[in-house]
Amino acid sequence: MLSPALISLALFLVAPIIFVIIYSFWLRTAEGLDVPAFQFGNWIAVATDYYYWLGLYSTFQMSLITTIACAVIGYPTAYFLARIRFGNKALLLFLLFLPFWVSYIIRTMAWISVLGKTGAVNTVLIWLGLIDEPLKMLYNDFSVVMGLVYFLVPYMIINVYVSLDGIDRNLEASARTLGCSPWQTFREVTLPLSLPGLGAGCMLCFVLAAGSYVTPRLLGGPDTLFFPDLIYEAMISQLDWPTGSVLSVILLLSLGLLVAVYNRFMSVSDIYRSFAR
Amino acid sequence: MSAALESRTALWLLGLFSIGVYIFQFAPIAVVMLLSFNASRSGAFPMEGVSLQWYDKLFANDSILEAFQTSILLALGCSLMATILGVMAAIALVRYQFKSKNAVSTLISMPLLIPEVVLGVALLMFLKLIGVYRSFGMLLLGHTVLALPFVVLVVQARLVGLRQNFEEAALSLGANRLQTFREVTLPLISPAILGGFLFAVAISFDNITATLFWKKPGIETVPTKIFAMLRTSISPEINALGTVMIILTILLPLIGGYVVRRFSRGR
Repeated sequence: MLSPALISLALFLVAPIIFVIIYSFWLRTAEGLDVPAFQFGNWIAVATDYYYWLGLYSTFQMSLITTIACAVIGYPTAYFLARIRFGNKALLLFLLFLPFWVSYIIRTMAWISVLGKTGAVNTVLIWLGLIDEPLKMLYNDFSVVMGLVYFLVPYMIINVYVSLDGIDRNLEASARTLGCSPWQTFREVTLPLSLPGLGAGCMLCFVLAAGSYVTPRLLGGPDTLFFPDLIYEAMISQLDWPTGSVLSVILLLSLGLLVAVYNRFMSVSDIYRSFAR
Repeated sequence: MSAALESRTALWLLGLFSIGVYIFQFAPIAVVMLLSFNASRSGAFPMEGVSLQWYDKLFANDSILEAFQTSILLALGCSLMATILGVMAAIALVRYQFKSKNAVSTLISMPLLIPEVVLGVALLMFLKLIGVYRSFGMLLLGHTVLALPFVVLVVQARLVGLRQNFEEAALSLGANRLQTFREVTLPLISPAILGGFLFAVAISFDNITATLFWKKPGIETVPTKIFAMLRTSISPEINALGTVMIILTILLPLIGGYVVRRFSRGR
């Protein structure tokens, strides 16, 4: 029963990834052919190139800002959704995920019309008389983070919501009876119990942000450096597969390390659980 | 009393904040839909009257219709494969006990956490090794791998919630394993199978990053077509296409949810 799926995954997922690792040691000959070899030339070339380090740093920095923004925006929203007793909660959750279903490219493209020179925000601000000149908000790192936060915040909300929803309400009630203020109750009881959800949400946001290619490409400016874009450039534009495979392995390893560290303290399966909802 | 008041105020503030988040999620989509009716040629503000001309242009654009055809064919093909593989895997994971279950679960969910760019690179390189180049076939295989975890998750969730009594009853009444599966298990999980299939369709139809690595130059799916069009400028036609996509992608889960609920209520 299991074997067809496992064989497909072994063949089209595991083997290809192992092959990328192997390929990163292959030798590119003077004629531009890649021949099987075991040498570190590609790795040394990438490691000694300051540009790639800068790319990795800038990617992780923007992903970190994105993750923090998602947590700050997502946690209160999830808390509200988990705690309201009135209204149709299922409807509210459904509404939250409606934009989530809309095509990723459309949601990313929308920000061009929102932040652009003649975009919605500038038009409204000028009309209100708050500014005279349109603000420069598009095609820089700001718009990239904006686009990333926009598409990642639902992931955060659902992860935090699932863990808040699972907390036994009697625990909070007991804390209150024992003399805790609402804020103390939140800080001492609710927040610690919801940390697995927050952790899973942060993990997911960071990994998805650092792996995104289209958002930085569409919303970023000429100075925006994003690692997946470097991989695409090497692989598809320059057809430099040895370099492309080294860069892929670097991205995979650094994110994999992060997941491993996270998994040491919390379980990755928390993330999958929220997907199943 | 004052503490109760305090927490009620806090809940109100949280409510206001959440409304802000909802607006944040909906506003950009509304902007695209609004601009698609703009009569102006620039595709941006200000609105210069209402017009449907961009929709006319859209439906007359052969390359966009071709992209739709490619996307639909691809989505149906890979979802069919992912559903068959995924349903079998989910049943095995839930109904049978074996040692390496955790490892298998992790393997199946792997495509969710590996950056799509890396998956793109990996499959591209590996398939070239066995003589398969960037093509529709590569897209079909790749999208199947990407959609598989979602099918497994949906069907698995349903199977876990299903009591095994029904199957045991069928077995003890003399049905063999195949009959039990066909007559009992399959009808009970069919809403989840349909749900998983629709999920897979949505994943494939929406995919762009990996698709850019696997598609043959010249072949476009709807997302890559939009991506290519955006490189020149944001034309009002793209906003019209965006609006069509928004309506389609919102309708699909709505219909899916309705059908699934309808099915499960009938039993």
